[in-house]
Amino acid sequence: MSKRVAIVGIGCSGFRTTSTDLSYREMIFEAATKCYEDAGGIHPQSIDSFVASSEDFMEGISITDEYVPDQLGAVLKPVHSITGDSLQGMASAVMQIQGGQQCLVAASAFSKVSNLSHYEHVAAYATDPAYIRPLNENPYFIAGLEMNRYLFESGTTREQCAAVVVNNRYNALVNPAAVYGAKITIEDVLCAPPLSDPLGSLDVSGHLDGAIVLLLASEDKAWELTDKPIWIEGLGWATDTPNLDSRIEGLGGAVYARLAAEKAYSMAGIKAPYKEIDFAEIDDTFSYKELQHIEALQLCGPGEAGKLLEMGCFDAKGDMPVNISGGSLGLGYLHEANGLQRVLEVVLQLRGEAGKRQLPDVETGLAFAWRGVPTATGSAVILSNRS
Amino acid sequence: MRKVAIVGAGLTKFVRRALETPKELSFEAAKTALDSCGLSLKDVDCVAHGTAPDAFDGLHQNGEYMVDGCGGWNKPTMRVYVGGGTGVHAIVHGWHHVASGMFDICLVVCEEKMSSAMPHAQGFFLTIFDAITERDLKPNLLWIFALEMNRYMNRYGYTKEDMALVAVNNKKNGLKHPSSQFKDEVTVEDVLNSEIMAYPVSRLDVSPVSDGGGAVVLASESVARRITDKPVWIEGVGWSLDTAYWATRDLYYPRYTDTAARMAYEMAGIREPAKQINIAEPYDPFDYKALHHMEGLQLSPRGKTVELLRDGYFARDGNLPMCPSGGLLGVGNPIAAAGIMKVAELFWQLRGEAGERQVPGNPRLGVAQSWGDLMQVSSVVVVGN
Repeated sequence: MSKRVAIVGIGCSGFRTTSTDLSYREMIFEAATKCYEDAGGIHPQSIDSFVASSEDFMEGISITDEYVPDQLGAVLKPVHSITGDSLQGMASAVMQIQGGQQCLVAASAFSKVSNLSHYEHVAAYATDPAYIRPLNENPYFIAGLEMNRYLFESGTTREQCAAVVVNNRYNALVNPAAVYGAKITIEDVLCAPPLSDPLGSLDVSGHLDGAIVLLLASEDKAWELTDKPIWIEGLGWATDTPNLDSRIEGLGGAVYARLAAEKAYSMAGIKAPYKEIDFAEIDDTFSYKELQHIEALQLCGPGEAGKLLEMGCFDAKGDMPVNISGGSLGLGYLHEANGLQRVLEVVLQLRGEAGKRQLPDVETGLAFAWRGVPTATGSAVILSNRS
Repeated sequence: MRKVAIVGAGLTKFVRRALETPKELSFEAAKTALDSCGLSLKDVDCVAHGTAPDAFDGLHQNGEYMVDGCGGWNKPTMRVYVGGGTGVHAIVHGWHHVASGMFDICLVVCEEKMSSAMPHAQGFFLTIFDAITERDLKPNLLWIFALEMNRYMNRYGYTKEDMALVAVNNKKNGLKHPSSQFKDEVTVEDVLNSEIMAYPVSRLDVSPVSDGGGAVVLASESVARRITDKPVWIEGVGWSLDTAYWATRDLYYPRYTDTAARMAYEMAGIREPAKQINIAEPYDPFDYKALHHMEGLQLSPRGKTVELLRDGYFARDGNLPMCPSGGLLGVGNPIAAAGIMKVAELFWQLRGEAGERQVPGNPRLGVAQSWGDLMQVSSVVVVGN
């Protein structure tokens, strides 16, 4: 990358299925306070700008970005919101630093999904108003169609998808932040009530409340604030068409993931991702998505992810540990905050602060987030601890 | 700092009720902007996109839905959002894309379709207020801006006639804008006699409800010089968001505009904005707002703005032409697209391509500003040739 940018502070709060005692603004305040403390106790006044990520309908507030500044300590500061995944928000922060006008930028995101009685009703408003919404279907039917097509095209089996759920929820048992940790079997997943065949109800990640704030800095500033900066080596994001019927690779592929990763790899100078990347935190909103994304991110060949998973390749001791945090299936689904949660986990691993789930000798990690149905937007970032 | 230029711009016509869908408005604006500089979609590296509340289109994750309309299909596309300030801020957002060195050509597209809201777009603004402390009072934007207008007039002893002069000036300028949704000139009496919405705001003090789209093409220095011999450089950008507790602020002075403008001027190396800037496009959804913002932009001394206005200082042939496009009052206010319209106006003015609206004397430096959220945010862009 033209100009190096590092993550110098991390903070999070919540990570609970419900949080009746806290508003989302209070959760962000807590996460921001921890983040500023983590970055050497800096005062928010010395931060140059702030980026938030949110969507109006999730909060029942139009123009949600009005309510960003106070809890971040960002009143009368440059603040803007990205209506996208928080990894896109972080990309905006990185571009600001590279542009040279800012040295220190905070990226924040939250999920207060427990306020919603039926998330699917909100998600339905993201579907095409003329062609899809009148069908009056739960939008997860799109995931069912995608999964069916992906299994057909890649030769992946239903059992292999179930194994993703088993693995991730097992991994979550040693992550103190994860709430969906469990020892379950492939049979449990296969026997769970169907949602949209072949997608079963255990193939879907559960919702989670939480807030995350990260602090990003230019190279000079980073060394001032911390002796363990985590560098952003490359990042990319891409969006496929929202029209289900005109996606270039149909419903079986994840073009957005491939395009986002290609950009990130080229910036980071990575030619053979499966060799050069030590571990990955990859979107697993639905079980099949993890496998589909692993393939699209070129961490293995097409149609290989399921078999490699069964061989243990993606376990903590495998060649390419994936979702050691538990992923969305084990930790919980944070909506637009998913991207920052994945970055947070990669940073913890690279700093050697991941506790019981710490991977040995890791230098380069990949975080990838997807925005969920019905979107086709993905963002990827490569992080490293090599100075 | 990497230099970034505007190399093309395009607007749809602003109308009260467009037959086009939001996607089609985006498409038309994007296509016009690309055609204006001889580029096609395959030349575009990334798309910076802006549109105000999702509620207008009744779509969750509206940025996703808009992707193919604004040319972002299979490209890095990111939607930015600062409420009403989104239009000018989308240019700042686009500037980040190119200035970072990650991209060479960025297409910035904004659209707004307010007419789908029934019975009126104002209804959606009921949901922007704090759900616990304010929403039960059922405030709407006209009410809170009436508070601000009242406070501003009261602070300096301005009258409703003074404010009406801005509406008259801008609407007159707007008659020459091909995208304008108006055909008639108005007089001060017309403004004063128009229906009271929330005192002191009368109907003609307010910009209309509009549908429309706008787009500009940004390029890095070397690429821009290949595309055009008249690039308009982005010299400075700034933005600032004040507290959400708007009731705790003194509304007579827009300090968010102040901080945003200072940030942009510092980047542009401007020390005396009132002397150095040749054209101003302050955000004018209400007539008082144009003057309020001129003060925040440091282009007019506080409390002396009406005097300057009456002296013709802000006329098209005055010292500092204000809203030569016609602004939101004169052209229309499709929220995010209106901000793009302001920057597009500066682009055409600085290239000498503004036709009948051309400001005399070869202007060299212009500033555009937009405003939004709960009377809370400003985005400022300084451009020069």
